[in-house]
Amino acid sequence: MAAYTASVTVRLKPGVLDPEAETTKRALERLDFDLDDLRSADRFEIDLEAPSPEAAAERADAMAERLLTNPTIHDCTVEVEPADPAAGATR
Amino acid sequence: MIAVCQFGGSNCDRDAVLALRDLGLEAERVWHADGLPEDADGVVLPGGFSYGDYLRAGAMAARAPVLREIRAAAAEGVPVLGICNGAQVGTETGLVPGAFTTNASARFRCEHVHLRVENAETPWTEGFEPGEVLTLPIAHGEGRFEIGEDALADLEDDDRILFRYCNETGEVTDEANPNGSVGGVAGLLGERERTAVLMPHPERATLPDLGGTDGRVILQGFASEAEG
Repeated sequence: MAAYTASVTVRLKPGVLDPEAETTKRALERLDFDLDDLRSADRFEIDLEAPSPEAAAERADAMAERLLTNPTIHDCTVEVEPADPAAGATR
Repeated sequence: MIAVCQFGGSNCDRDAVLALRDLGLEAERVWHADGLPEDADGVVLPGGFSYGDYLRAGAMAARAPVLREIRAAAAEGVPVLGICNGAQVGTETGLVPGAFTTNASARFRCEHVHLRVENAETPWTEGFEPGEVLTLPIAHGEGRFEIGEDALADLEDDDRILFRYCNETGEVTDEANPNGSVGGVAGLLGERERTAVLMPHPERATLPDLGGTDGRVILQGFASEAEG
């Protein structure tokens, strides 16, 4: 077993309206920033022990499917890296 | 007894109990962690902000153990009505398809709206005529119904749309749609017609002096089913 951090990024599917992102974009424009578009996403960093990176990704995928996303409106990506011991110590 | 399932953050549970009792029904608030009582012959998932809307509105309550019991009861034909946050719980737990997400305006909408009855042959709508225009209050920030085009077409083919937002003459228009829901969908049925969810609040429209009585008709249908 080894320690991993699985990063699950949850985005709205293309074409699904994101009113909060629209509002944020307008607020940035009011601050005189120049931008074409803005998309928001939720990112979950999950520390877990697993026998392999693949096993860690599989578990994180299952978490995304069961809770972290609503498949009607969301897509998600999962990335797995060895856990950063320093990150754990500072939290 | 109709069980009104209360979560931390539910805030329409008392109203639902009072409205049901006013119709002469037995109704009790049930704390979710105590489980579904064995004598529950109906379930209300009430409005509110369960679990502070963490992650997504309804997401946490939808995974609470009591929902397993409620889904099983629904599968056996026990009537289940999800109202507002209860509707969000309903989509999140798979009692009905789709998702209720952030209003297109990104604003919380608290007002009375018109609804057109799309299917008047369900326990919840049998007191109405097809196409009848109702008035009910809404109060939500995440009421925009989203679903894929094919899945929406399936719902329409199966007559599972209960209500659409409309203007006072019954036309479904963008202007009359308070949250940007696809197809103006305000309420729909689950796989069984005894399972239904809607964003508007029938329990807030049961007394003539307080917001009209159209909600009474919806709850009455629920009542007759629960008794039968």
